[in-house]
Amino acid sequence: MNFTNLFKIALRALGNNKFRGFLTMLGIIIGVASVITMLAIGQGSKQSIQSEISEMGSNMIMIHPGNMERGGVRQEASSMQTLKLADYQSIVDKSSYISACSPSVNSSGQFIYGANNYPSTMYGMSEEYMEIRKIAVKEGDMFTEQDILSSAKVCLVGKTVTDNLFADGENPIGKVIRFNKIPFKIIGTLVPKGYNSMGQDQDNLVLAPYTTVQKRVLAIAYIQSIYASAITEGMTEKATEEITEILRSNHKLKETDEDDFSIRSQEELSSMLTSTTDMMTILLACIAGISLLVGGIGIMNIMYVSVTERTREIGLRMSVGARGIDILAQFLIEAILISITGGLIGVVIGISSSFFVNAVLSWPVYIQPYSVILSFAVCTITGIFFGWYPAKKASELDPIDAIRYE
Amino acid sequence: MEKPIIQLDNIQRDFIVGSETVHALRGVSFSIFPGEFVTIMGSSGSGKSTLLNTLGCLDTPSAGEYYLDGYSVRQMGKNERARLRNNKIGFVFQSYNLLPKTNALENVELPLMYNARVSAKFRKEKALQALNDVGLSDRVYHKSNQMSGGQQQRVAIARALVNDPVLILADEATGNLDTRTSVEILVLFQKLHKAGRTIIFVTHNPEIATYSSRNIVLKDGRIIEDIYNQQIESAQKALDLLPALND
Repeated sequence: MNFTNLFKIALRALGNNKFRGFLTMLGIIIGVASVITMLAIGQGSKQSIQSEISEMGSNMIMIHPGNMERGGVRQEASSMQTLKLADYQSIVDKSSYISACSPSVNSSGQFIYGANNYPSTMYGMSEEYMEIRKIAVKEGDMFTEQDILSSAKVCLVGKTVTDNLFADGENPIGKVIRFNKIPFKIIGTLVPKGYNSMGQDQDNLVLAPYTTVQKRVLAIAYIQSIYASAITEGMTEKATEEITEILRSNHKLKETDEDDFSIRSQEELSSMLTSTTDMMTILLACIAGISLLVGGIGIMNIMYVSVTERTREIGLRMSVGARGIDILAQFLIEAILISITGGLIGVVIGISSSFFVNAVLSWPVYIQPYSVILSFAVCTITGIFFGWYPAKKASELDPIDAIRYE
Repeated sequence: MEKPIIQLDNIQRDFIVGSETVHALRGVSFSIFPGEFVTIMGSSGSGKSTLLNTLGCLDTPSAGEYYLDGYSVRQMGKNERARLRNNKIGFVFQSYNLLPKTNALENVELPLMYNARVSAKFRKEKALQALNDVGLSDRVYHKSNQMSGGQQQRVAIARALVNDPVLILADEATGNLDTRTSVEILVLFQKLHKAGRTIIFVTHNPEIATYSSRNIVLKDGRIIEDIYNQQIESAQKALDLLPALND
């Protein structure tokens, strides 16, 4: 028996029952389309969170002082003074996995210009902070190494601060604002970044040399945190380990001592935030998978009815020389054709409805190639799996009974 | 002497129904030679259906030997018998058994679809030839439900001819047709007989026996009569005698 003929036979048989074939397909179409759409929505929201996190910085590593016990009392981490400029310096000197590093000190308070005032935070950092946090200068200039050395009273301001202090659209560059009674000259403005996924305004900030904030504003010798950027995302973990080593040796910690600092990377943050969407994606995929299963059962149902309904046809085919295996193959091919065609239509509908969701509800969607391949494979397997039993049943009919079946 | 197409040696067929054994065939022997037109008659329960199934290789005898064109059928498995049916036998059924919503050509092509050695081109040629032989060359693309009973039976006969079988097996082939159409079909069978085909026609209608060359009568699983017909009636004459259709 040759396969081309069997294929033709199955195709002819399907052609005779177009509407029923279509109804059967519908189960698969809906199943595949929903798997693709649901995964696209799930992946889309995951990606949008990830991209917002990566907006926060590039392969960022955050080093904060750890909370330690002092005289039996756990201290709040931010009140610790264990991070020093020397730590920053040794990280810069010794680490081989980081591309940028900056100390960070900050102070919140009112910024005043003329009759206007606005609450914001002044971040003291080095130039490399811009690279780590992906902040760019819009107009004016960045402060220089010289400014850091001289603790210059210069600053760069974010959009929210400018909008509120210079309400009448004045050019802020060159103006002097006051913070903590200290006059700061604005030397540049920052490119706006908007709100992040947690609702924080990323433009409500003022940047100044860390020495200025340390000495003139806070009058402290320690630093509050260190930000670094790993060379690549893959190096984040190694960089973290390396920095841990450097800081432990700097702080002269014994083997048994716990770290007096904490290091968090962007990766951790990202996996923490995406775990929810991962869960949601799995849930959506499960629901969609169930609909695919129901579609498969639909195929089985129709094939089964079809075998009974076509008993005489099967009897005739056998009497003109079809073997059991020919009948089996015919019904199996019919089932597979239904599920593959349904699968293809489902893929098309799934992809277009993903774009539709994106266009109408403006939800972020991302169609992963694997989800398309997966659902298509599943529906083909479904066809074989659910087509097998009725096909087997048909192939085992006795031609004598089948041909006279009423 | 010519080799028989069919040789039955003491064929027995028992069915076990519940705890009882039913002897459908109790030792049937006969041979059929090429070019014979044999009617097999008998009332219901005489075993003629069982005999037909056996002759058609749909069933195997419980005992005895059956040779079809020299092949011993008794020991054959399902698949071998399927191939034998495909190559050697053409079936014509009482209720035509055409594929629904399928045109005449595709119906006739069906047996050749199950023969891998036949190319698509040859298959179509053969099918058109067979349709021409039964006088349906103008109905090639008609669907089975667009044809009359007589036409459907002609398609079925064409389907039985398409694989050049050594034996055409007809099972009450005129049972569903009116008198005139029945005679027309018999004319066709006689024509095929004249062309040298071997035909076995199973029926309970004694009239049909007058058109065949040999008549075998079964009763209770045994042959009670096996007569060669010396005066074969012409179905064409009978057709001419029928009142003309006045519609």
